[in-house]
Amino acid sequence: MTGIDTRTRSIVLRAAGLTALALAATFALDPFRNYQLAVIAATFCATAGLTLLVGLTGQLSLGHAVLMAAGGYGYALVAGPAAEAGLPGAARFALGLLGAVVISGAVGGLLGLAGARLRGPYLAGLTLALVIALPALATQVPGLGKDQGLGVPFEGVPGLLAGVMVVEQWHAWIAIVVAAVAVTPLVVLRSGRAGLRMRAVHGDEVAARLAGVSPARVKVGAFVVSSVAAGLGGAVLAVVTQNVGPGRYSLAFSLLLLVAVVVGGLGSVGGAAVGAALVVLLPWFVDTLASGLPADLEQRLSGNLAVAVFGALLIAVTVAWPGGLATATAGLRGRAGRRLSRTPPAGGVPSGLPPSEPRPDPRPITER
Amino acid sequence: MRNHTPTPAARSRATRASAAACAVGVGLTAAACSSPAAASPGIDDETVKVGSHQPLTGPAAAGFSSISAATSAYFEYVNANGGIHGRTIEYVVKDDGYNPANTQTVVRELVQEDEVFAILGGLGTPTHSSVLDYLDQNGVPDLFVASGSTTWNQPEEYPSTFGFNADYVVEGAALAQYAADENPGAVVCVLGQDDDFGETFLEGVELALGAEGVATYQTYSTSNEDVTAQIGAMKEAGCEINLLATINGFTAMALGTAAQMGWFPQWYSSSSGGDYPTLVGFLGEDVGSQLLEGFVSANYLPNSPGGDWYELFQQINDEYNDGAPFDGNTVYGMSVGYLFAEALAQAGEDPTRESLVEAVESGELVGNGILPLTFGADDHAAYDGVGIAVVTKGVQDFVGATYRVDGETVSAADAEPVPLENDGIPTP
Amino acid sequence: MDRLVLLVSTGVARGLVIALFALSLVIIWRAARIVNFAQAAMAVMAVYVAFAIEAATGSYLLALLAALVTGALLGVAVERGLMRHVAGRTPMPGMIVAIGLVMVLQSLLGILFGAKHRPMTPVLSESPLYVGGVPVLSRYDLFVLVVALVVVVGLGLLFNRSTLGLQLRASAVAPEVSRLLGVRVPRMVTIGWMLSSAVAALAVLLLVPTELGLNAHSGDVLFVHAFTVAVLGGLDSPAGALLGGVVVGVLVSLVTGYASAGLAPLAVLALLTTVLLVRPGGIFAAKEARTA
Repeated sequence: MTGIDTRTRSIVLRAAGLTALALAATFALDPFRNYQLAVIAATFCATAGLTLLVGLTGQLSLGHAVLMAAGGYGYALVAGPAAEAGLPGAARFALGLLGAVVISGAVGGLLGLAGARLRGPYLAGLTLALVIALPALATQVPGLGKDQGLGVPFEGVPGLLAGVMVVEQWHAWIAIVVAAVAVTPLVVLRSGRAGLRMRAVHGDEVAARLAGVSPARVKVGAFVVSSVAAGLGGAVLAVVTQNVGPGRYSLAFSLLLLVAVVVGGLGSVGGAAVGAALVVLLPWFVDTLASGLPADLEQRLSGNLAVAVFGALLIAVTVAWPGGLATATAGLRGRAGRRLSRTPPAGGVPSGLPPSEPRPDPRPITER
Repeated sequence: MRNHTPTPAARSRATRASAAACAVGVGLTAAACSSPAAASPGIDDETVKVGSHQPLTGPAAAGFSSISAATSAYFEYVNANGGIHGRTIEYVVKDDGYNPANTQTVVRELVQEDEVFAILGGLGTPTHSSVLDYLDQNGVPDLFVASGSTTWNQPEEYPSTFGFNADYVVEGAALAQYAADENPGAVVCVLGQDDDFGETFLEGVELALGAEGVATYQTYSTSNEDVTAQIGAMKEAGCEINLLATINGFTAMALGTAAQMGWFPQWYSSSSGGDYPTLVGFLGEDVGSQLLEGFVSANYLPNSPGGDWYELFQQINDEYNDGAPFDGNTVYGMSVGYLFAEALAQAGEDPTRESLVEAVESGELVGNGILPLTFGADDHAAYDGVGIAVVTKGVQDFVGATYRVDGETVSAADAEPVPLENDGIPTP
Repeated sequence: MDRLVLLVSTGVARGLVIALFALSLVIIWRAARIVNFAQAAMAVMAVYVAFAIEAATGSYLLALLAALVTGALLGVAVERGLMRHVAGRTPMPGMIVAIGLVMVLQSLLGILFGAKHRPMTPVLSESPLYVGGVPVLSRYDLFVLVVALVVVVGLGLLFNRSTLGLQLRASAVAPEVSRLLGVRVPRMVTIGWMLSSAVAALAVLLLVPTELGLNAHSGDVLFVHAFTVAVLGGLDSPAGALLGGVVVGVLVSLVTGYASAGLAPLAVLALLTTVLLVRPGGIFAAKEARTA
C-alpha cells in the first residue's frame, strides 16, 4: 500500500506543480489567448476522460460531446436558479459543478451499462445516434432552452483579484483548476489498480474474469469516470462562454475529441492535453493563415482546410504511429517528454492500439 | 442574472488596473497583457474597422455566405468614393460555420485581437444569442443582427444590440393578414422550422387570425431534408394557403414535394425563405419558374427590379463583387452596409462607440427600406412592417399591400420607400 | 387513412434507400470487419462524377453507370491505398482511419465545389400514382423501389448462387482456411470494398433528387440512419439491414407526420436503445453469427 500512496502523492504533487505553472502562465497571455487557454483546459477534461475510456478499456465513444453538453446543462440548470436566489459566486459555482457531475455521471452511467453489453461498433453506433439526437433533445425536453440554449450566470473576477486580472484570465484560472481537479484523479486511477483492471478487461475479458475482475463493473466505472471529467469540461465551457446550447456539441465536435486523443496517443493523458490544444488552436491557426488569400479561395478553405488537416493527421497517426504522437517521438524525447505523457512504467500493457495480426478477424465480434 | 454583470466602465477600469499590475508585478511587457481600452478601439483618422460573424462554411453557408460578400462590395464602393467623414471602412468577416462555439471564439477574436469598433450584421439566432452577453459586457455596439428573432429588441437588457430584419412576428402577422384580406375564409396553415423562427412566426400569424385561424401547424427540422410527411398532413387538412417560416432550401422542398403530390395550394413565405432567384436555383429553371408563379412573400428592402436602389446595387455588384449572382441576399447585404454607413455618418466627425449607438437610437436614420425605420431609445427593432411581393411572369415585385404591426394589432399601411440620394453614399 | 397510406408508402420508399446503404455497410463489415464511416463521403464523391456525366451527356443511365463505376473504383483505391495498411486485431483502428477519411473527403469536396446545393431533377415524372384515388408514390419513388429490389436480388444471387459469392463468404468467415483452399483472400476483400462502395454510391444517387440537391454533406444523414439500421439489424445480417431500413424509414415518416419532425431522431434513438438492450448484437445477430 505504501507504494501506491507514494505514487499517488507524487502524481498529486506533479499535478499541483503543473497547475501552478499554468496559472502563472496566464499572466503572459492577452485576454484572447487566455480565453483560448480556458477552452483548451475545458476540452482537456473531455479528452483526458476519453483517452482513458478508448485507450484503456477499448470502448469507442463517439458521444463525448453529449457528455460535455450534459455537464454544461447540469451546471446551467443549477447555477442559474442559484444565482436567481441570490447565492454568491463561489457557492453557486460549487453547486453548479455538482449539478454537472451528477447529470454527466448519470448519462455516463447509462452509456456505461450499454457499453458493458455492446461491442465496439455497436457502442459506436449507439453513441453516434445519441450525439445526432442532441439538438432534438434540447428542443423537445422542456427547460433546456431549445436551440438557443441556456444562459449561465456571469462569474466576474472576485474582489481580491479584481485589480490584478481581467475576466478572461480569471476564467482561465477557473478552467485550469477545474481541469486539474477533473484530470488528476484520472491519472491516479490509471496508474493504480483500476488502470490494471481496465487494461486486463481490454486485453482479454475471459482472462480478466478468471482473475476475479468483473468486466461489466470495470467498464461501467470507466465510463462514469470518463463522463464526469467530460461533464466538468462542459461546465467550464458554460461558465467561460456564459451559455450552453446544442449547437456546440455536434458530431463534428465529438469527432474532434476523438482526433485529439488518437493524435495525442490513446491512453496517454499528456497526449490528451496536446490533442486538446491542437483541436482548439489548429482551426484558428489555419484560418489565420488563409485570411491573406483571395476572398473566394479563402471562403472555400476557411473551415474546410482545418478539417482536412485533422482527417489527414488521424489517418497518418493511426497508420504510421499507432501509439500517437506520444510514441512517435519516443526515440527523440528524454525525461521532459516522459513527464509530459506520463507513460506507464515498463511492464504495463502498451496503451496504444493493440498489435497487428493478419486481418480480417475471423471471430464474429458480436459473439465474443 | 443580469445583476452580476459588470458595467463596461467597471470592466475597463479593471482592465487598466490589471495591465499595470501585469507589467509591474510579473515583469512582462504590458503588450502581452491586456492593453487598456482606448476611448474607442477600431477607429482612427483614416479607417474604422467593423467585424462580423457569418456562416461561410457548413450547412448554412449555401443560403447565406453571399450576404457578407455583398456588404464588403458596398463598403468598397463607399471607400472608393471617399468613405464616411474621410474614413474608409474596413470590414472583417469571420467564418463561424453557423456553430455557436465558433461564434464565441471569432467574436472574441474580433473584439480583442482585431479590436473592431463594432460588430455588424452577425448572422443567426442561436449563433448570435451565444455572444449577446459578451458584447454587452464589453460595450461593443452590436448593430443590425441578421435574424428576425425578437431577442435583439431588448433595450433594457442589451442597450447596444439592434436587429435588422423585420421580426418574425411582423412577417407572420403581415402575411396572415394579407391572406385574410385577399382570400377571406380560406383555410390557412403554417409550416415552420422547429425553433425560434417557426414559433415566433406562428405568434404573428395568430395575432392576425386568432389561435383558431390556423388549421394545422407543421414543423420541419433542418437535419432532415424531407418534408413529405408534413406536406401530406397539410394536404389532408385541406389547406388552401400555406404560410412558410422556412429557409430558402426548405421553401423549395415544400413546393417541390407538394407538386409531386399533385397539390398546388398558394404559398406565402417569410423574407428569410422567399427569394425568387435563390428558389429557382434550388428547384431548377424549368420547374422553378412554373411552381413559383403567384408565389407570395414578405419583404422590407428595396427588392424591386428596376428601382433606383436595385439598379445601384446591381452596378455595385458588377463592379465590386465580380458580378456574383444578384439576388435577395445581395440586396440584403448591401442594405446592411448602407445602414451602417448612415449610422456612422450620423455619429459625428469623430465617432465613438457611444455616439454610434446614440446615432442609431436618435431615430434620425432612414435606411433604404420601403417603410421608415423604427429605431429609437425604446425600440431596437429596425422595421415594424413589411410589404407583400408576388411573383408574376418570373418577376418578384411588390404589389402595393403593406402591413405594420403595432403591439397586438396588424393594420394595412402605405409604403413609404426611401428615395435614393447621393448615389447611395450617406452624408451627415 | 389516406394519410397513413401516404406516410407508410413514403416511409418505405425512403427506407429502401436507407436499407440499400445499410446493406453496403454490411457487405464491407462482412468482407473486412470495418465499419466504413467514409462510405457516405465516398459515395457523394462518386455522385459528383455522375452529376458531371449527366450534365455533359444528358443521360441519366450513363450517370447511373458512372456512379457505380466510380464508387467501385473509389472502393478499390481506399482499400488498396489505405485500409490494407491499417494494422489491428480489433475493428477500432479501421474505424478511426475511416473517420479520418471522411473528414478529408468532405473538406476536399467543400473546397472543390463550395457549399452550394446542386439540384438534380428526378429522372421520372413527379406526378403521383393513384391507387383507389389515394396518391401513393411518385413514379420516382417507384423507380427507387424497383432499383433497390433489383440490387438486393442481384446481391443475393451473387452471394448465394455463384462461386465468387462462395469465395467471398468463405474468406470473410474463415480467411486462413480459405487461403489454404486456394481462395485469394486479399482479392476477395478488395471485391467486397468494390461492391460495397458501388451500392453506397447508388443509394446516394437515388437519394439526391428527393433532397435539396448535391452537396458535400448530402450523405451524412443517410449514413447515420444506415449505420443505425446496420447496428439495429446486426452488422453481419443483410436481411437485418433490409428490414431495419424499412422499419426506420417508416418510423421516421410516421413520427414526423403524426407527432413532429423534432421527435424523429429521438424515436430512432429510442428504437435503437431498446433493440440493443434486448439484443446487444442486433436483431439477427445470433443466427447470422452461426451461419454466416
